[in-house]
Amino acid sequence: MSAGWAGVLFVATLVAALCLVYRPFGDYLAHVYTSPRDTRAERVVYRLVGVSPRSEQRWPVYLRSVLAFSAVGVLFLYGFLRLQNHLLLSLGMPAMEQGQAFNTAVSFVTNTNWQSYSGESAVGHLVQMAGLAVQNFVSAAVGMAVAVALVRGFARSRPRPKEVRESPSSAPLEASDSDIATLGNFWVDLTRGTLRVLLPVSFVFAIVLVAGGAIQNLHGNRTFATVVGGQQTITGGPVASQEAIKELGTNGGGFYNANSAHPFENPTSWTNWIEIFLILVIPFSLPRMFGKMVGNVRQGLAIVAVMAVLAIGSLAINAGFQMAHHGTVPQAVGASTEGLESRFGVPQSATFASATTLTSTGAVDSFHDSYTSISGATLILNMALGEVAPGGVGSGLYGMLMLAVVAVFIAGLMIGRTPEYLQKKIGAREIKFAALYLLATPTVVLIGTAVAMALPGERASMLNSGPHGLSEVLYAFTSAGNNNGSAFAGISVNTTWYNTALGLAMLFGRFLPIVLVLGLAGSLAAQRPVPVSAGTLPTHRPQFVGMLAGVALILVALTYFPALALGPLAEGIHQ
Amino acid sequence: MSRTSQITTSQIGFADPAGTPSASSVDPAGTPDPAGTPGGAGSKPDGTTSTPQTTAMEKAMKTGDTPASGGGGVRGATGPHGVDGSHGVDGPHRPARRAGGMFDPAQLIRSLPEAASKLDPRTLWRNPVMFVVEVGAVFSTVLAIADSTVFAWLTVAWLWLTVLFANLAEAVAEGRGRAQADTLRRTRTDTVAHRLAGWRVGAPVDPGQAERVPAPDLLLGDHVVVEAGEVIPGDGDVVAGVASVDESAITGESAPVIRESGGDRSSVTGGTKVLSDQIVVRITQKPGQSFIDRMIRLVEGASRQKTPNEIALNILLASLTIVFLLAVATLQPLAIFSRAQHPGVGDTGALDAHGVTGIVLVALVVCLIPTTIGALLSAIGIAGMDRLVQRNVLAMSGRAVEAAGDVNTLLLDKTGTITLGNRQASEFLPFGGITPDLLADAAQLSSLADETPEGRSIVVLAKERHGLRERSPGELGHARFVPFTAQTRMSGVDLTDSTGDGASDGAGAGDHGGHGSGDGPVTGDGADGVYVRRSIRKGAAAAVLHWVHEEGGTVPGGVREAVDEISATGGTPLVVAERVAPAPGVAGEPRTRVLGIIQLKDIVKQGMRERFDELRAMGIRTVMITGDNPLTARAIANEAGVDDFLAEATPEDKMALIKREQAGGKLVAMTGDGTNDAPALAQADVGVAMNTGTSAAKEAGNMVDLDSNPTKLIEIVEIGKQLLITRGALTTFSIANDVAKYFAIIPAMFAAIYPGLDKLNVMRLASPESAILSAVIFNALIIIALVPLALRGVRYRPASASSMLRRNLLVYGVGGLAAPFLGIKIVDLIIQFIPGI
Repeated sequence: MSAGWAGVLFVATLVAALCLVYRPFGDYLAHVYTSPRDTRAERVVYRLVGVSPRSEQRWPVYLRSVLAFSAVGVLFLYGFLRLQNHLLLSLGMPAMEQGQAFNTAVSFVTNTNWQSYSGESAVGHLVQMAGLAVQNFVSAAVGMAVAVALVRGFARSRPRPKEVRESPSSAPLEASDSDIATLGNFWVDLTRGTLRVLLPVSFVFAIVLVAGGAIQNLHGNRTFATVVGGQQTITGGPVASQEAIKELGTNGGGFYNANSAHPFENPTSWTNWIEIFLILVIPFSLPRMFGKMVGNVRQGLAIVAVMAVLAIGSLAINAGFQMAHHGTVPQAVGASTEGLESRFGVPQSATFASATTLTSTGAVDSFHDSYTSISGATLILNMALGEVAPGGVGSGLYGMLMLAVVAVFIAGLMIGRTPEYLQKKIGAREIKFAALYLLATPTVVLIGTAVAMALPGERASMLNSGPHGLSEVLYAFTSAGNNNGSAFAGISVNTTWYNTALGLAMLFGRFLPIVLVLGLAGSLAAQRPVPVSAGTLPTHRPQFVGMLAGVALILVALTYFPALALGPLAEGIHQ
Repeated sequence: MSRTSQITTSQIGFADPAGTPSASSVDPAGTPDPAGTPGGAGSKPDGTTSTPQTTAMEKAMKTGDTPASGGGGVRGATGPHGVDGSHGVDGPHRPARRAGGMFDPAQLIRSLPEAASKLDPRTLWRNPVMFVVEVGAVFSTVLAIADSTVFAWLTVAWLWLTVLFANLAEAVAEGRGRAQADTLRRTRTDTVAHRLAGWRVGAPVDPGQAERVPAPDLLLGDHVVVEAGEVIPGDGDVVAGVASVDESAITGESAPVIRESGGDRSSVTGGTKVLSDQIVVRITQKPGQSFIDRMIRLVEGASRQKTPNEIALNILLASLTIVFLLAVATLQPLAIFSRAQHPGVGDTGALDAHGVTGIVLVALVVCLIPTTIGALLSAIGIAGMDRLVQRNVLAMSGRAVEAAGDVNTLLLDKTGTITLGNRQASEFLPFGGITPDLLADAAQLSSLADETPEGRSIVVLAKERHGLRERSPGELGHARFVPFTAQTRMSGVDLTDSTGDGASDGAGAGDHGGHGSGDGPVTGDGADGVYVRRSIRKGAAAAVLHWVHEEGGTVPGGVREAVDEISATGGTPLVVAERVAPAPGVAGEPRTRVLGIIQLKDIVKQGMRERFDELRAMGIRTVMITGDNPLTARAIANEAGVDDFLAEATPEDKMALIKREQAGGKLVAMTGDGTNDAPALAQADVGVAMNTGTSAAKEAGNMVDLDSNPTKLIEIVEIGKQLLITRGALTTFSIANDVAKYFAIIPAMFAAIYPGLDKLNVMRLASPESAILSAVIFNALIIIALVPLALRGVRYRPASASSMLRRNLLVYGVGGLAAPFLGIKIVDLIIQFIPGI
């Protein structure tokens, strides 16, 4: 079997597996977030935290809970990293330097998992397990909670008063109206997401990965004599358990610096398949949960269709340019193999690279810096799209729904009605949140890139000159701003400036959108539903799928076109 | 004759018209027939065709107002006839949508000075997109002065033209509105009012005592007297008198209408002219707040407030503008870096050692931000209002027009909207061995003086089916017509035989052409000297059958069943009966018997079913409102194809229906004219008051239809939709345009340092300068090219949301992607010959 056909089979089985779990897993997710019952473990958690699980939160309260929880997470992790030399299992690692500790703490809390350190030489086992891995779970659960809150905004409605006051439809919502519009309880969503979804699935797949050869122990550094008589230090550790949630929670922060290219993290071709599956499974199943919760599974199907179209298109370009590049070396060996793990080969690596950038994972099993320039451009574009196809756990769904709101607004006008999506009117207030969402991430990314390129000192961090060097900086900020966390490499980012700038990019890139998403959710939940009629814009048909994909490409992706032109496009298009 | 007595005379003449008033046709349930129209001799069409009546007339009947009658050849106080024909949906074919006035390119020239005045940044800042363009134009002008090249100056010129074109679009839209406003304003200049100081309703009117004040000085509650030939100085209600009024200044309808005190036809509009008689008007407007004032302000765009969807769209456009501004601004450090990597490459017009030149950056921003829709947005809104005004609808706010596009439920009055104004006789059903001819003759006799359309239709049917010549009431010398009253619920005729006048009676009977005299003319004397030989009654089944019983007659079997059946199928059965007395002196009891039934039917307007099907496809539910009983209502509802009906509707029922619909989240539109409609009009999301209606109704609604044509509700909905579609379509077009502009400008900027990027120059534009300039020129020209579309509105055909989206996405989305590739290439082909480009 040729490499090409093996690649097609690899992708086809992945797609089939995702299709297979879409419905049951999506339904299970919907059940998790709508079930009225708490498990015993959850009740214990609620009692410990002091939360009444049945109390409902309005959007500002929900938002405050998200922000407070994340702030505590950053502070805790920062302290952990700064004090790790005083703690158990530190393997003798020194405390992490301030800027890097800030960057790392923010990175793991924002579900970015950008690593300006290298795992095996900077953090001990306790920090890995009790600090980073914990954030791997809860940051993913926060993303899902926010997405669920937005879905509830669509699904819930203000109770209808018996006596309708004058012209209820056009009157702007008053503050008192949104008071009763609640979005659920963040602490419940967080707990359930962690205990019912992330933990059990991670547990099972950690064992699977161990079976595949990933290591799981508490060994420190061990020194071995190599065959040729040299000495080699090998770091052991609880790798498999961290590996599973690293992929499942679209985190991406590797135990080892080499991330999923390291044989202890990702030993074989079939664990590679498992890891890609884990990366994609929640983001691709969340639309089903969305459809289920809003009472129309076809709406979820439309959203997942847009995600799939964009993802498959992007993968095709990426893999295509990797497989058939006109460069001298690629021509000679049949494909562009630089920077790849030979265990996986070109198609598998390209698939992993696409999956990790299309979701906000950022784990890598090959080095993106080495990709052909057009493939590199696709990887940047995957992230620049706002991580929506299918995006990170939760963040992908809410990102796509925000784009859908914009698409619905334009499409709705074109059919001659005040636009409405899932029976909720998209008026000035709603479009304000959606439009600002559209604005937030590009602002963070483009300003960050521009400032870095304008400062001579920061330009010096580039290991390459010319357009490739520009791509490295652009990639770094796109990755941080969109909470991806993968690196193009080829750039020294462990400087105070980059640690701080990228840390801020991650913070703003994560929490500005969350504020806007929850604001929109609150304003949607406060509305009364508009009845569906033949005049209602159908948002489950292919034409809407096409329109939404078009909006994503033209309004979001094209914003990066000028910057891409000077980076990977300049490098990749020759006369 | 003094003026006071003139009023009196006219009032008398009014209450007692020349013909004997006779109303007929009560429906079987006993509700007064809403279709009944007060008679007015000489005021009716000849009866061969039915004329749509406005609901005002129904209300007049319902509320028991004095039926109006035409004095002095005035039409019978209805809304302007024939309006339906020109705007409505009476005909089998859809009326040609009145083109929004032809777009005249000369308008562009005429509006230039105003467009230039709008360059003032203080007015322009309200349009964020164009404000950014203007700031960019100023900036690049400064740059062009500093570094003068042909390319720089041409770009600067076209940047300014972009702003100017946007202003021009708005100015043209406003100019067209202002032209309409001027016509309106002309009607009310220099009007002098005759104010009656201290006058009370009921007091005699002496115009000699009136003080002369300029119309604008009138206050709310003032009373003014207006005589024939004078212009009514302000909006108000007639509190004394009746007059015929020429409202053509407002409605464009030349036929005068009756305005009278009390009831639902008391409201008059400032600027209209009294043609006959004299009225006292109580002013109901505040100074400067009259109908026409508001209309002028609306069409001029002066008081135009942004509508909710417009605000939302502006927010989206503003944030897109910021995104693109950012994308271009952050490009500069990248460009400087990239240029620095290639020290050997010479400077181009687009890129030098300082990065991308300022003018090119501005050009890129202007091309990317949504200038097309930003430039045309306010013109679209103004033109939408303008289209309404062209259809003689005055919207109180743009919000109402937008709401019309969102309407889920239309409440349509049956009469005048769904059916022709009146029921018409469709069948004679004889009973008890009576020949059809005999029934037809009796029916005709009883209807001769009945000037209602129903009465006329009976005469017409008798003529068409049975060849009965139409006899004028005067021919029957001894006929005494019995008018319809609400108590008797029937009308008819008594053929009398005055003492000693038998011969002429015989002649009269002979006039019947042998029909109706079959039971033998008899003579006799009565106690009062008038001997009633034959009485014919027609009317509501219950009433007539009761009369037959009282007179000792019997009702043949099957009559009641037939009555029920007709009612059940939506018809109105009128029972005809007669009582024939034996000749004077001849012994015998009078004989009373039922002759048969006249079946009256509502005639559903042609094309309505198709119209309702379209509305359904658009997701709009239609509910027919009628005073008929449920059986009748159901039959008509089925025939017309409406989704639902509200029978025996009272204003409270309407109100309840609206609230019920709204409780389900639906938006409701309705029309109304009476004071008792006012609460429902206020409750409805779109309330269209008829201009013939009361001031209360007009105040309560958010639109006024000057033609008083209830069918127009459907058109209003369409205009509302068209307004939104135009905005959406041009937004899509504007955004889709960006793709081509990237492909024109990005290679032009950077191909000098990265020659490979020239591959992105898919249009093969001649030079970097010509590429950038072509994009800017296309961007400006497309605004002008789309002005007619913005003013006219995009083509709108009722269809389902899905097919409408498909079509508009294809035309404006895919078209918007393709058009600039073509347009920019064409511009490039021309301008590449300019030296220096």
